Amino acid sequence: MDIIGAVTGALHDGFGYVAVSFCLAAIGLNIQFGYAGLVNFGQAAFLSVGGYIMGAAIATSGMPTVLAILLAIACTVALALILGIPTLRLRADYLAIVTIAAAEILRLVFGTSFRTYFHGKDGVTGFTAGFRSLNPLPHYDGFFLTYSREELWTVVVGWGLVIMISLFTWALMRSPWGRVLRGIREDEDAMRSLGKNVYGYKIQALILGGVVGCAGGFVGAFGAASVQADTFNLDFTFIALTMLILGGAARILGPIVGAVMFWAILSFLGSVLTQLAGYPVVAQFMNADQASIFRLMLVGLVLMLLMIFRPQGIFGDRREIALDAH
Amino acid sequence: MLAIALLGVVAAGAPTYAAYAAGDRTVQGTLRNSADNNAPVAGVKINVQSSTGKTYTGVSNDQGRFAITVPGSDSGTLAVILDTKTLPDAVQIRDGASNTLRPTGTLSTITVNFPLGPDTRRVSTVWDQVPQLLYNGLLFGLVLSLGALGLSMVFGTTGLSNFSHGELVTFGAFVTYLGNRVVGLPIVVAVTVAVALSALFGYLNEKGLWGPLRRRGTGLVAMMIVSIGLQFFLRNFYQYFTGGRALTYREYVTPAGRDAFGLFTYTMRDVVIISVSGLALVAVTLALQYTRLGRATRAVSDNPALASATGISVNRVIATVWIVGTALAGLSGAFLGFSQSVSYQLGAQVLLLIFAATCVGGLGSVWGALIGSIIIGLFVETSTLVIPSELKFAGAMVLLALVLLVRPQGLLGRAERIG
Repeated sequence: MDIIGAVTGALHDGFGYVAVSFCLAAIGLNIQFGYAGLVNFGQAAFLSVGGYIMGAAIATSGMPTVLAILLAIACTVALALILGIPTLRLRADYLAIVTIAAAEILRLVFGTSFRTYFHGKDGVTGFTAGFRSLNPLPHYDGFFLTYSREELWTVVVGWGLVIMISLFTWALMRSPWGRVLRGIREDEDAMRSLGKNVYGYKIQALILGGVVGCAGGFVGAFGAASVQADTFNLDFTFIALTMLILGGAARILGPIVGAVMFWAILSFLGSVLTQLAGYPVVAQFMNADQASIFRLMLVGLVLMLLMIFRPQGIFGDRREIALDAH
Repeated sequence: MLAIALLGVVAAGAPTYAAYAAGDRTVQGTLRNSADNNAPVAGVKINVQSSTGKTYTGVSNDQGRFAITVPGSDSGTLAVILDTKTLPDAVQIRDGASNTLRPTGTLSTITVNFPLGPDTRRVSTVWDQVPQLLYNGLLFGLVLSLGALGLSMVFGTTGLSNFSHGELVTFGAFVTYLGNRVVGLPIVVAVTVAVALSALFGYLNEKGLWGPLRRRGTGLVAMMIVSIGLQFFLRNFYQYFTGGRALTYREYVTPAGRDAFGLFTYTMRDVVIISVSGLALVAVTLALQYTRLGRATRAVSDNPALASATGISVNRVIATVWIVGTALAGLSGAFLGFSQSVSYQLGAQVLLLIFAATCVGGLGSVWGALIGSIIIGLFVETSTLVIPSELKFAGAMVLLALVLLVRPQGLLGRAERIG
C-alpha cells in the first residue's frame, strides 16, 4: 500500500485551494454562528455570488480583476441585507431555512439562467488571466507538494488572505464590537436592555461573515479556473459547518485547523480506501466509487458525534457555543 | 489490411460521392391546400432562380409534387418562387407567408414548403395548459403534504427542525423499490411494507437518537446540526448501495392516461394515490381532533411542561408522533418514487419544498402543513407558465421567503412572538 503517496495527497489537499476556499467559508460561518449565534445554512450562496459575479464580470466585459472583485463584494453585501433584514428579527431556525432556500435559488439561477453570462452547466471560465499575470513565482519544472505554479500562486494568496482575515477577526472580537456580538449570542434580551441595537449588530455580523465567504468564492474560482453552480449545493455549507465544529467554533484557529484537518483526513481516507478497494476481499463489498461515498458517510457520522459528545470541537470552549435557539 | 479497409470505404462511398461530384441539385416539394382537407394542388408553376441569372421551371403534378433539377454547373444561390397567377382560383398562399423562399441548405436535395390555405394547426395557448397544471400541482401537493405533516408534527411536539426528514421520505421509496423489484412483491404489498418499516424506522430514530438527546438537554440548534449530520450520513448510505442510478418500480411506472372532460389527462394510478393520500390525511387529522392520544398530542404541542403536569406521558406522545410522522413520510416517498424515480437524492430534492410548505402553512400546525403543501404544489406547477421549468423549485423558495417576510408565523400559525 502506498502510504507515502496517501500522506503527500493529504498534505496537498489539506493546504490546497479547495481547503482555503472552504476555510474562508468556515471563517465567515464562525463570525456568524460562532460569535454571533446566527444559524446561516446558506454560506454557499455567498461563495457562489463571489465566484460567479467576479468571473462573469471579467469574462463577459473584460473588467479589471480588482473592479470585478469589488463588484462581487458589493453584491454579497446586498445579498446579506436581503437575507438578513426580513429574518434576523425572527427565531433562529427561520434564518436557517431562508438562507438554505437562498442558496438553492442562487444555485438554480446560476446553473440555468442568464446563459450569456453564466453559461449554464458549463459554468464561467476565462477570467484568470489578470490574476495569473500577477504571479511572481519563478517558472519551474518540478512540483512543490505536487502543486503546479499557478496552483501554488492561488494557494499562497489564499493562505495570505486567511491569515489577514483571521488577524482582523481576532482584533475585532477583542474590541467592544466583538464583545457586544458575543453578548448577543449569550443573551439577546440582556444586550437589548443595555441599549444595544441587537438587530443592527446581527446584520453587520451576517454581512461580515458573508464577505469573508465571498473571498472564499474568489479563491475557489481562481484555483479551479472556473465557477460551476453545482459546486455550491447544500452539502457545501454543511461541510464548511462540519469543519468549523471540528476545529472549534468561536475560536480564531477553529475554522483553519478544522479545514486543514478535514481535507487532509478526507484525502488520506480516500487514498487508503480506494487502495483497499483494490484487494479482492474488500472489493466484494466496496468498489472504488463506494470508497469515496463511504468517506462522506463518515463525515455525516462525525458531525453527529461531534455535536453530541464534543460540540466545542478541538479548540473550543463548551461555554462559548451557541446551541440554544433564541 | 488498412489499405483494403480504406478501399472498401472508398468503394462503398463511391456512388453518392459521384452524384455529389456532379453537383446536380434538386428542389422539390408538395403543394397541398389546407382549406380543402389537404388536397394536392396541381398545375402550379414553380420557378427556381439562380444567382447566376438562370431560371429553371417546374409544374406541380396531380399529387401536388414538383421537382426541379439545377445542373451541377450552376452553383449559385437559389430563390424558389411560386407563380401565384398559376394557382387555382380557390387556393391562396397562407396569410403572412411569402411566395419566394430562399433555401440555405447545402444538400443536393432541397425540400421547400409553400403553405397554402389557412393555418389549421391547433395552437395550444397558455390557458389550455392550466387545468393540467392545476391537476398536477394538486397531486404533487397532496403527496408533499404527507411528508410535511410528519415534519410539522415533530416540530410541534419537540421543536426540532429536522433536516433529515427528507431521508425518511427516501427510506419509503427505497423499501418500496426493494419490495417490488428485488423481492418481487406486488406494488400494493410493497408500499404497505414500506409504510410499516418507515413507522419502525421513525420509532428507532426517536428511541435511538432524539429521545436520548432531549433527555441530555441538548439545545435546539445543536439538534438541528445533528439532524444535518444524520441527513448527510443517510443520503450517502443510500448512495453507497445504489450509486447515482435512478431506479424504477416494476409496476405502474407508465400507466395509460385517461382524458377528463377534455381538460386534462389523469391515470388510475394517480387517482389511487390521491385517494390514499386523502384518506391518510383525513385519518390523521380526525385522530388528532377526536382521539385521546390526538388531544394529548395537541396538548404537548401547546405546552409540554403543562401537558406533563396534567399526567400526559410526553415521551410516549412524542414516540407516537415519530411513528406516525415517519410512516406518512415513507408513504409520501413510496408515491414520489412513481413519478420522480427512486434515487438517493429523492428526499433532498423535496426536503426544501416540504420546509417551504410547512413554513408557508405555519410550522407546527397540521392544517397549515396540508394547506401549505397544496399551495406549494400548485405554485410549483403553475409557475412553469411564466418561468422556465428548471427554475420552478426556485420559485417555491421565493414564495417561502415572501411569506416569511409578510407573515412569519405562516398562514395558519399562531401569532406568537417568534422574534
